[in-house]
Amino acid sequence: MMYNIDLVIVGGGPAGLMAANTAAEAGAKVLLLERDGHLGGQLVKQTHKFFGSEKQHASMRGIDISTMLGERLDAFDGRVTVWTNATAIGFYEDGVITVDHDGVYKKVKPERVVVATGASEKFLSFPNNDLPGIYGAGAVQTMMNVYGIRPGHRVLMIGAGNIGLIVSYQLMQAGVSVAAIVEGLPHIGGYAVHACKVRRAGVPILTSHTILRADGTESVESATIARIDRSWNVIPGTKKTIDCDVICISVGLTPLAELLWQAGCEMRYIPSLGGSVPLRNDCLETTVKGVYVAGDVTGIEEASAAMVEGHLAGLEAAASLGFKSDNYDAERKDCMDQLAALRSGPTAEKIRSGLACAESR
Amino acid sequence: MRDRRITEHPILDFKTGEVIHFTFDGKPMEGREGDTIASALHANGVKVLGYHFITNRPRGFYCAIGNCSSCLMIVNGKSNVRTCTEPLRPGMVVETQTDRGVPDDV
Repeated sequence: MMYNIDLVIVGGGPAGLMAANTAAEAGAKVLLLERDGHLGGQLVKQTHKFFGSEKQHASMRGIDISTMLGERLDAFDGRVTVWTNATAIGFYEDGVITVDHDGVYKKVKPERVVVATGASEKFLSFPNNDLPGIYGAGAVQTMMNVYGIRPGHRVLMIGAGNIGLIVSYQLMQAGVSVAAIVEGLPHIGGYAVHACKVRRAGVPILTSHTILRADGTESVESATIARIDRSWNVIPGTKKTIDCDVICISVGLTPLAELLWQAGCEMRYIPSLGGSVPLRNDCLETTVKGVYVAGDVTGIEEASAAMVEGHLAGLEAAASLGFKSDNYDAERKDCMDQLAALRSGPTAEKIRSGLACAESR
Repeated sequence: MRDRRITEHPILDFKTGEVIHFTFDGKPMEGREGDTIASALHANGVKVLGYHFITNRPRGFYCAIGNCSSCLMIVNGKSNVRTCTEPLRPGMVVETQTDRGVPDDV
């Protein structure tokens, strides 16, 4: 059986939820696909309060934003259908998307698609990096904040970006000790507000350091770290062994863009955006007509930007189908202004230069 | 060993769900309502979920959200189950996977 629908949104995280809300509000019939058993994507483990402005729900915790956006979907007179436990597994030339929904194979033929599949965690090369107990920072956050389980007793965190800093703090909130945070760069990548919190709690942040190896028989028992110079060469005599049962890898994310490759979207490798991203215009439409993108799959940013992009993509996808509200111009301008504000300032220079390379035409 | 389950937390309130009984390599174990297979195993101190089919090196989960396939196990006789996202159900028979797995008749 083929399901025909105005708009399919792949991914029920911050971007997909906003796209679904906006498109349904405009009048489109929406099918939202979520691989997990529940909506929210990675918002469900974000216990910290968001930054940004009120429009991106600043000062709310991610977990609460997720609940709020999910509940709003019920308000659209049945225009939104949500499939959870539904993985989009294929995107064909004729626009058909195949889905594994609770173990049942289904085919969907939408007029428009918003791909909001998010990102996956990057990995790091070092001897014994496959030992159990070496977990992605997101995995540690999931274990603690979703399932209520401590990942271990003593954690070595690799990476002092925002995720590494936030997860370190959340580990301490869960009663787990953090031995140190190791960062290869000579400076801390994340916000000072997060770095100060973990430092006040007594966790050393070792910049210009790297992990050389992990050791343990069946799982992690220790890690060896060392100081490095500006060219990332190990400085002799600085090796140190740290006892730990978890090594947490927080070295960034990379877009989950398989569906876009399948769809034939023109992709470009842009390191500052985390990997290969789709080229798109200022409506967030890719080079394949009718295929829109939003959130981390367009390049790694934060959930706040993902929500605004989801809003914009949902607005544009609906408008292209003729569902154009009276507020369209104002809403579009508002999205653009919010994105510009989120991407302003010197820390976002990397993002801005990356985005400039991702424009189509 | 100290309990791995978090009972006190400054922000989150973890409800103590119903106990779910399952077995891991024949040993009886207890999980809680809301657990995935991997989270229940982790709460029981089990980090090694399988052994690589060529190198025989131990495998645990890495991403915990169903992306990386490092957590594959045999569940109720079915190979290659992503235990980090598969909900724990009463009576599940969970086994360490050491081979590529057997395709089921999809």
